[in-house]
This record gives sequence, C-alpha cells and structure tokens, in this order.
Amino acid sequence: MSANPVALTVFLVLFFATAGLGFYATKMKTVNLSDLGQWGLGGRSFGTLIAWFLLGGDIYTAYTFVAVPALVAGAGATGFFAVPFTILMYPVLFVVMPRLWSVAHKHGYVTAADFVRGRFGSRGLALAVAATGIVATIPYIALQLMGMQIVFAGIGLNFTLNLPVIGAFHDLPLLVAFLVLAIYTYHSGLHGTAIISVAKGILVYVAVLAAVVVIPIELGGYGKIFAAADPKTLLLGHGTESNLGPQFSFASLALGSALALWLYPHSITGVFSSSSRSVLKRNAFLLPSFTFALALIALLGVMAVAVGVKGMPEYAEGYRIFGNNFAIPALFLHSFSPWFAGLAFAAIGVGALVPAAIMAISCGNLFTRNIYKEFIAPDCTPATESKVAKIMSLATKLAALFFVVALQSSYAINLQLLGGIWICQTLPSVMLALYTPRQLNASGLLLGWLAGMVAGTWMAISLQFKGAVYSLDLFGVTIPCYAAIIALLLNILIAYVVSFLVRTISNAPVRDETVAEDYL
Amino acid sequence: MDEKTKKHGFHPVYLLLIVPFVALLWVPFYNRIEPQIFGIPFFYWYQTVWTFLGTACTIPVYLYEERKGK
Repeated sequence: MSANPVALTVFLVLFFATAGLGFYATKMKTVNLSDLGQWGLGGRSFGTLIAWFLLGGDIYTAYTFVAVPALVAGAGATGFFAVPFTILMYPVLFVVMPRLWSVAHKHGYVTAADFVRGRFGSRGLALAVAATGIVATIPYIALQLMGMQIVFAGIGLNFTLNLPVIGAFHDLPLLVAFLVLAIYTYHSGLHGTAIISVAKGILVYVAVLAAVVVIPIELGGYGKIFAAADPKTLLLGHGTESNLGPQFSFASLALGSALALWLYPHSITGVFSSSSRSVLKRNAFLLPSFTFALALIALLGVMAVAVGVKGMPEYAEGYRIFGNNFAIPALFLHSFSPWFAGLAFAAIGVGALVPAAIMAISCGNLFTRNIYKEFIAPDCTPATESKVAKIMSLATKLAALFFVVALQSSYAINLQLLGGIWICQTLPSVMLALYTPRQLNASGLLLGWLAGMVAGTWMAISLQFKGAVYSLDLFGVTIPCYAAIIALLLNILIAYVVSFLVRTISNAPVRDETVAEDYL
Repeated sequence: MDEKTKKHGFHPVYLLLIVPFVALLWVPFYNRIEPQIFGIPFFYWYQTVWTFLGTACTIPVYLYEERKGK
C-alpha cells in the first residue's frame, strides 16, 4: 500500500482539522471539563439539530462504514440485516427512550445503572448493569479502532518502525489510531464531540452520495453491478423442514441488534444529552436519514465485488491483512480521484473517532458513578470523579486495543455482535423496568441477568467468537438464531419467574425511589 | 376520548409503530429478485425504501402525541 501524496495530504488535513475542531470548541465554550455532567453529558443541552448530528455520529460508526459493507462484499445478502436493524431501532427509540429520559432528568441519572439503582434500590443489580455496559462496549470500541487502523493503513501510513527493544513494529496504523482516540477523548469531552459530529455528518453524506452516483456510472448501471454479484449469495438461502435457515437468522440479527442498540452506554449518553423528550421523538423520524446512507454504503459492498478490487494487485496487501474489511477503502481508492479518496477516508476516520470517543466517555461515566463512587470512594470530590472517569475511559481503550490484537476476525462485524449478546442482557433491568411497576424485582432481574450472561457467553465461546448465530435444536428443528435473542429469552423467563416467587414468599419492602409520573 | 383510552393511553395510531416490524421481520416476503428497479433486486430496494416508510409510520404517532401535549 503505497501512499498517494494528494490523497494522504487531503486526508491528514481534513482528519486532523476536524479533530482539532473538537479541542477548539471545548475552549470556546469555557466548559468546565472537571465536572462530570459537562465532560460526560454536555450539560443535557442539545436541541433537535445538534442531537441529530450527535446521535447520528454516535450510532453510525465504523460498523456502518467498514463492517457492514465488508460483510455484504464477502457474504452477500446476509450483511443487509443492518438495514432492518437500523430501521427497527427507531420505534424503540420513540416509545421507550423518552420514558428513560424523563426519569433520568427528574432524578439526575447519568447512566442506565443510576436508573437501576434508583428504581430497584439494589447496588448489586446496578453493578451488574454497569459492568455489562463496560464489557459490551469494549469490543465495540475495538471495532472503531480497527476502522481507523484500516483507514490509516489504506491511505499509506503503514511503514514499519524499528524500535530498539521490541524490534520491528508493524502495527503502526493501529498505534496511531489508538493515540489519536486517547488524546482526543481526554481533552474534548462531549461538547467537542458534538461539534465534530457535524463535520462527520457532512463528510459522510458527501462521500456516500458521490460514491453511489460515480461508481454505478463507471460500471454501467446497477443492473451490471448486481449481474456481477455471486448469484448464490445475492439472496438469502431458504429454510427446510428441519432447519429455519438463513432467513430466520437474518431476522433474528436485525431484531436483536435493534433491541440492543439503545442499551449501549454511548447510546444512553447520547439520549440523556438531549434537551427534551420531543428532541428524541423528532429524531426517531429524522435519524433514519442516516439509515438511508447506511443502506447505500451496504450497496457499496456489492459494488466492490462488481469492480473486483479484491483481485487487484495494488490492494492485495490490504486484503491480506484486513480481509473483506478492506473492501470499502479499496473501492474508494480505486474509484475516486486522489483528493476525493482523501476526503472519503477522512469521513471514515472521523466516522470511527466520534463514536469511539463517546463510547469511552460513557464507560468512564459508568465506572466512576456506579463502581468507584458506589463501592470504592463514596466521598470523592467532583474533580476526582472527573479524573477517575478519564482514566477509566483510557483503560477501556487499552482493553479494546487488546481485543483488536487478540481477535483479528475476518469480519469486524463479529466484534459488534459479541457486544450485542452481552448488552441485551440488561434489557429487562433497563427497559422492561420502565413499564412493570411491581412484576419485576432486583433478585429476579439479577438471576435472569446471570443466566443470560452465562448462556450468551457460552454460545459465543462455542462459536469461537467468530460468529453470533447459534443453531438451537428444538423438537427436531434447527433454529439458527442470534445468540443475544436466545440468551435474552432465557433471561426474561427467569427474571419473571424468580421475581414472582420472591414476591410470594417474602414481604420485603419495595425500594423504588421513582413514581409513575416521573416517566411521563 | 373515551374512558378506556384515557386510562391506558392507547390509541390505534400506535399500531403504526408495529408495521415496520411485520414488514421487515417477515423475510420470506422480500427475499426475492423480482420486481427489480433500475436493475436492483427487490430484496435490496425494498429494505432501502423502508428507511423512508419507517419514518412515514412514526410521524403520525409523533403528531398525535404532540397534539395531546404528551
């Protein structure tokens, strides 16, 4: 991968100018970054438009720009499940999240675990929700680091560094990606990130719209593009009498991912930073415009196959290291003039940086509020609190770095699907708890969570962390289903049964600091 | 508004929010090539068009809630 000087220059200028905007914006606003509510929630001040950019920048990540088209390019129709996923998550946003926003606003909750602590008066359950949030986000941050790594490598920043003690160091792009993210997050907080989300949105739309116009013209229309695709993977395989088949796993991946998405700490941070319920409801029908962009990017995966970038010698090294995850970078390098390729790469790079920063900030919030202050140092000052959050956010990034190195998976999307299995197990405690005044209690939820986590992790291990669709054999029928859904069903079942039993045998007082009006 | 609606806060307009789930989770319905548009198989354009139809399902519910001052 040799560097094109024009592409490299445009990329570096745009990428670092955008990241620099984050620092500058923070300085301009005289935000007190040693206050967690400011660094971590942007002061709950974002209106419809800024929330649109911020949530869009937060939710549409390297998953969208790298992992989904990679799966479409490599495996065909299956990869398109991301489209129903990112459509179906909006009715969930519309119905569920305003309730969570209201109760959080009323009681000053910053994290989902804060809500669980208040709703059930259980430190143990809050700890479970906080720890799950952090653990599930780490592979998601890893996916962002991988996205940036691929961009840096693709643009030509892939020389080998000869270090005195360690010897030759090949993974410079990954190291650069990590350093950029770490320095950026530490200094900027959520205010700065909101500003660069705007730049990200603009860069992404320009790059995507250009791609879906220019590339089909080069290739002679969409008909030729789909004619070049592998007919075996153009559609999903049909099920048989004894196996529900890929159509079922497709639907389960879409539904499971849609249920998981708003439970992630970075999504909840984005939701809580909005200034009102109406901002969220409006965004439930404004944000799908980003889903449209996602669908177009998924189609770029089909185009990468039609162009045949995989077989071109100049991209062989990229494919050797990153597999199909290199499809979109290779397509951009091949189809765009160098300066526009630089712009498109900057779009992907910033596209990964924004969510990674919010993810790391959210993990910092979770650790500080629900683990450090709750169990280690209850009397710490706000300044210490903010400092711990920043150190913890750095620790999650280091863990993510480890994930990238340890799990160099052929499809980056598996990192996100793995996180989804875990985060889904907090659904009963966070989402069902918004609706069920008395049916659920802490003991039931904790046992359900434990069962879901154990079952989900066990399925992931049995798939060797290389996939997320587990084949369940039930009454002689094979059901290939996203492991998150199977684990969640078990979780919900146990949560209700145990809650019911506990309620019948004991009359311990209900410790719920919220009342019905708080949710409206 | 009748008594029952007031109590449960349910109005038929909320059923619109279920429509995308039916349309997109019943995969056999759209797992096909024909009819194509501009050479794009049904499977691909159907799901892409739903990014807009999903919005079209949500807006009436939003307007209803705003009018009710919810």
